[in-house]
Amino acid sequence: MTKGLLHPTRRGLLMAGGAGLLSAALPGYVAAQGAPIKIGFQLHRTGIGAAYGRWYERTAQAALKAINDAGGIAGRPVEILFEDDATDPKRGSEVVDKLTQSDGCDLVMGTLFSHVVMGSAPRAGELKVPYLVCSEGYHVASGMLNRWTLQPGITDVRSQIASMAPWVSANLGKKVTMIFPDFAFGYDHRDFFTAAMAAQGGEVIAQIAIPPTETSFTKYFAQIPAETEVLYHVMVGPAVLTFVKELGEFYGSGAKPQMFGFIDSLEAVDTATPGLEFLEGTHFWEAHNRVKPADAGEHEAAYRAAVGVDDNGASVSDAADIATYSHMFSTWETLFAIKAGMEASGYAGIADRQKFVEAMEAMTDLPYGIERPQGAKVFNGKTHQVFGTQNISQVQGGKLVRVHQTSMADGAYEDAVDYTTMSF
Amino acid sequence: MKVWALHLALIIALAVALAVLPPYPATTLARILVLAVFAMGYNLAFGYTGLLSLGHALFLAAGVFAAGLSAQFWGLSAGPALLLGVAAGGLVAAAVGLLALRTAGVSFMIVTLMFAQAGYLTVLYFGTITGGDEGFNLPAASRTVFGFDLSTDTPRFVAALVLFAVGLLASLALVRSSFGRSMVAMRENEERSRMLGINPFAVKLAALVLSGLYAGAAGAAYALLFGYAGANFATIQYSILPMLYVLLGGAGTTIGPFLGALLMFGLIEVTSRMARLWPVLEGMDYFLIGAALVVLVLFAPRGILGTLRERGLKWLP
Repeated sequence: MTKGLLHPTRRGLLMAGGAGLLSAALPGYVAAQGAPIKIGFQLHRTGIGAAYGRWYERTAQAALKAINDAGGIAGRPVEILFEDDATDPKRGSEVVDKLTQSDGCDLVMGTLFSHVVMGSAPRAGELKVPYLVCSEGYHVASGMLNRWTLQPGITDVRSQIASMAPWVSANLGKKVTMIFPDFAFGYDHRDFFTAAMAAQGGEVIAQIAIPPTETSFTKYFAQIPAETEVLYHVMVGPAVLTFVKELGEFYGSGAKPQMFGFIDSLEAVDTATPGLEFLEGTHFWEAHNRVKPADAGEHEAAYRAAVGVDDNGASVSDAADIATYSHMFSTWETLFAIKAGMEASGYAGIADRQKFVEAMEAMTDLPYGIERPQGAKVFNGKTHQVFGTQNISQVQGGKLVRVHQTSMADGAYEDAVDYTTMSF
Repeated sequence: MKVWALHLALIIALAVALAVLPPYPATTLARILVLAVFAMGYNLAFGYTGLLSLGHALFLAAGVFAAGLSAQFWGLSAGPALLLGVAAGGLVAAAVGLLALRTAGVSFMIVTLMFAQAGYLTVLYFGTITGGDEGFNLPAASRTVFGFDLSTDTPRFVAALVLFAVGLLASLALVRSSFGRSMVAMRENEERSRMLGINPFAVKLAALVLSGLYAGAAGAAYALLFGYAGANFATIQYSILPMLYVLLGGAGTTIGPFLGALLMFGLIEVTSRMARLWPVLEGMDYFLIGAALVVLVLFAPRGILGTLRERGLKWLP
């Protein structure tokens, strides 16, 4: 009896059936392996953080392109869904909800303003979705949040501030007057810099807090004590340019103390703006130098080209469009940290979110490279916070020129929390 | 009878919606229900009594911080913390009302706005306690009621629905009572009602306190259900929001505040989805919402339910 196509054996039928099942299942498996990883981006497109949001989006898009051009994450393409949170904590929580539950994102990232982080983190914890913030706030490392919230892309403000004190006290003066916004961000500066100066043998002789609703500042400048050697200033929000201009008008061409500011006062503002001439010779903290330093690292040029920023820190397509250069690298570095964490954990889908967080917690040394154009960093898995070096720049000829780079030890402090002991 | 049936049907429909909707729309609906309670309170003052306040963020924030701080520092659980929030909203409204109700009209708006701004700055001033502009996350242990964890879906949905149902039915009972008619009399003709023997100051103060109780309940519930207390709830934006909800849904209608809140959330959702499809609309969400509201005010100045009541459904409360 011949056995052929018309008279199959039982084994043949089973094999054919098995092959059929395999071929039916395989495309699905292949599709799952090749399906894009979806990253939700909580974006300050409108509201008080809009100037930052615009550049955060551009930088994230550039990092996304770089990652996808290099083969994606574990061979899977990556896509980012941007959602405006209006820089509002209530809306921020809703956005985490939407990106996670409605859009099915694998994780959420990108938040800058601290109050939006605080408002959103509880929802991320409830949804058990990794929430990677780019905020520099001390809220993560202080232990206020939860195990699902991490900050792997930018040093926190406590470390940034503390690392400034040794150089300021050694080079600018010992008696400091501080001007800062009268809310939590300003209090971080007030508290951490005051303590750091005391540790250096210096003294903060006056602390001038300016209400966030203020639009005129001259009356506060009159409170600066005459014996002030260093004026430390930091301001954020729409009135920053008015603040700095009025500071210049207050001192005019007369004698003035040494000035040290956080670049937050001038993010997205051209230092050569008319009215800011008095800033010549003054100093600023910068996380990432807006004007490309002469001795910049080998990856700086490639990073600037990718994010569309020229050597002066402006958009390559519009010289008047100044980047928020000292903060925006955090989105780039966070995306590359996500790539590293997902690949280390063997992340395959949302069931592996916990494995991803554990892989992030296991990270330590993060060397300098195109993944981290701002500089080498160390990630502290216990506090979920990354730490890196900082820069001090001087305004010379209307441009910010780096004059000092801190060491990581300058900004070190004791751990305040161990998130790894918390439950998921 | 028809009126009560309508309200009960709405509550049942919402319960069914919460049970069958996928997690994201269901959670969003829970948020809407809590904010609708805030708007119902605003409606008592503005829609029924004619008190155009720009200070209701203060009453909302009183509830947020009374509940949040008592959970944070005293370890109160959700039930007592909510009651404290309700009381705080009412007390702050009473204190503001005693002073602000000496004025009327535009002056009342300005005085309430100034009180709310002072409240916002007070929250910032005591930043070491309130968390300032950053705010704080409520401890997980405090977010429980009768052993149910309010940070999980079902208890949160039930809590939001119960709060909404109590608020809605109480509001209906109130506006159909003789006191409710006194409130409307204030709105329609204060001098005439005074001649009828009604004490306008007492009625307006009582209405404002009731409104504050609602705002306090909503603030406390929002903090407890979503785990965050922050100064942003005291900003002017949160005085404007309930006004928009009420104007959109229909001022002086019991269901209007809910409908307005629902539509506002819906508009935000639709515009943000449109922005993803057409990048030219990115960042225009709130502009589009503003445009929609302008159209509404031009063509249906009494809001949706107000217009329906005007055009036939006269029995709508």
